[in-house]
Amino acid sequence: MEKSGFSPVGLRVLVVDDDPTWLKILEKMLKKCSYEVTTCGLAREALRLLRERKDGYDIVISDVNMPDMDGFKLLEHVGLELDLPVIMMSVDGETSRVMKGVQHGACDYLLKPIRMKELKIIWQHVLRKKLQEVRDIEGCGYEGGADWITRYDEAHFLGGGEDVSFGKKRKDFDFEKKLLQDESDPSSSSSKKARVVWSFELHQKFVNAVNQIGCDHKAGPKKILDLMNVPWLTRENVASHLQKYRLYLSRLEKGKELKCYSGGVKNADSSPKDVEVNSGYQSPGRSSYVFSGGNSLIQKATEIDPKPLASASLSDLNTDVIMPPKTKKTRIGFDPPISSSAFDSLLPWNDVPEVLESKPVLYENSFLQQQPLPSQSSYVANSAPSLMEEEMKPPYETPAGGSSVNADEFLMPQDKIPTVTLQDLDPSAMKLQEFNTEAILRSLNWELPESHHSVSLDTDLDLTWLQGERFLANTGLQFQDYSSSPSLLSELPAHLNWYGNERLPDPDEYSFMVDQGLFIS
Amino acid sequence: MDTLIAQLQRQFRDYTISLYHQGFLDDQFTELKKLQDECSPDFVAEVVTLFFEDCEKLISNMARALDQAGNVDFKLVGSSVHQLKGSSSSVGAKRVKGLCITLKECCDSQNYEGCVRCLQQVDIEYKTLKAKLQDLFNLEQQIVQAGGRIPQVDI
Repeated sequence: MEKSGFSPVGLRVLVVDDDPTWLKILEKMLKKCSYEVTTCGLAREALRLLRERKDGYDIVISDVNMPDMDGFKLLEHVGLELDLPVIMMSVDGETSRVMKGVQHGACDYLLKPIRMKELKIIWQHVLRKKLQEVRDIEGCGYEGGADWITRYDEAHFLGGGEDVSFGKKRKDFDFEKKLLQDESDPSSSSSKKARVVWSFELHQKFVNAVNQIGCDHKAGPKKILDLMNVPWLTRENVASHLQKYRLYLSRLEKGKELKCYSGGVKNADSSPKDVEVNSGYQSPGRSSYVFSGGNSLIQKATEIDPKPLASASLSDLNTDVIMPPKTKKTRIGFDPPISSSAFDSLLPWNDVPEVLESKPVLYENSFLQQQPLPSQSSYVANSAPSLMEEEMKPPYETPAGGSSVNADEFLMPQDKIPTVTLQDLDPSAMKLQEFNTEAILRSLNWELPESHHSVSLDTDLDLTWLQGERFLANTGLQFQDYSSSPSLLSELPAHLNWYGNERLPDPDEYSFMVDQGLFIS
Repeated sequence: MDTLIAQLQRQFRDYTISLYHQGFLDDQFTELKKLQDECSPDFVAEVVTLFFEDCEKLISNMARALDQAGNVDFKLVGSSVHQLKGSSSSVGAKRVKGLCITLKECCDSQNYEGCVRCLQQVDIEYKTLKAKLQDLFNLEQQIVQAGGRIPQVDI
């Protein structure tokens, strides 16, 4: 029997961020923490993934700003439907934003740039949540089975149990069976304390019950519970859900867009057991960690469940439910149908243009994979400084002979006409043309060498250059001082100037370098 | 007598340090280098490539928005600059990030001239950084080609 205690290894993290750079970095960082990482560039996609595999993830990390869905909205969905811990991230650390995150139920709010040490400890949120579930169960006064479940769970989570892996095991199936048995056994305690997952159907019943009562503010948990007619649900479950629901409503009232979904819910036949089985899934008896050997357990789990909730089927329980098609305040739009196609058609954010959809990373275009500059190849062959100077000249079109470039040269960069024009070389300029930014560029005297004389903004640009260059010139000097060995200076004066002088080549030269060199555009 | 490798390594070290000292990079770049390992030997290059692509796209979006004379969508510019700020924070592009903050302020106050000027600077800055990082990567390649190891530079 292994008593290794709790281990965060294999924690299944879902990262949601529309920034491809951050997504790549976070993936790498989380992998270094030995977590199992899934990345996602869109909130919609994330929700789909989460719903498809209800037990597929342990924790969600999401950025606050995303094009297709507000991160807070995603947070709400995840919290209400799946009850997974969610960590928010943003480059913006404004107190109001952080507060909003907390209000929406985030268990943490990280500021970008995020450090490894912050990611290393995210597992505590998962553990905390699980322990809370255990306490919830205890608090509900479970008879007989409660102790068993509690002990089982604690041992399970804290790693002192029979096995330390956190996947679904035989015990979990036994637990579910027990639940189902108790469910069908009329003499069993009516206070069934499975960990309640507020599935779409369940929440629907809840909402309908609330609607029936009339005003959600007057609706009490007991009344709602009675109306819902879900035998295994307790007053406490309803009470806590009602609390969340009220919070959600009040947020909506504060000027958030009210989204209404007409009842576009698909109906398919499935056994009433679905709901129970699925809530059984979410029971604490079934932890959701999977160690590397544990994947088979998840598969096993899905085998057992004939119709996972995430598929487009709904349990029969729902057919009794009234689905008022009209707009009502209490008909909240945060429970879209499970199937993604229905989801897409109903969600208003479908209208958001997918301009900023994350694109796949094009590794082929990385710096290192393109042809080196011809002059560069001879760089290595020659160690003599004078030769180096020679080699360095061509790629940079050094106007002043390359030995020393001073600040004056940069006042009028447009005077230096490079041998290649912007249009020839810079595909990004081409792209800009497509979008008609060329017009702006011309008028703003941005990158075109010949247009430096007329526009009023010109002087501003020059000033900018001037200011920038002063800064650089100063630091260039500092750099030269910085170099500790005088021999370096004497040996490679040109080189030092090249790197150290920090001259700011004009954008045209950049384009030249950029496209001759190793850049993707 | 300095070997070629030693010279290159020294240049590499000096150049790296200068980039930090001149505010082009901050410690996030250091973190990125730490993440690079045998599993992903080109990690830093790949990440900065993504970043520069993002820069281009976002700057072009903003330029387009600013081009709508009289009907500038400052909200769009604002959200794009926010994204750019986030992006630049990912690679440690310190100057770009700083300019994003200024640009955001211009945006919030709907200062058209300021936005345009700032955006120009952002464009220049990211291209500058791109060139410098290219130099740095080239140096690395040369060191490796010459048979040397890339020195660890402590800032």
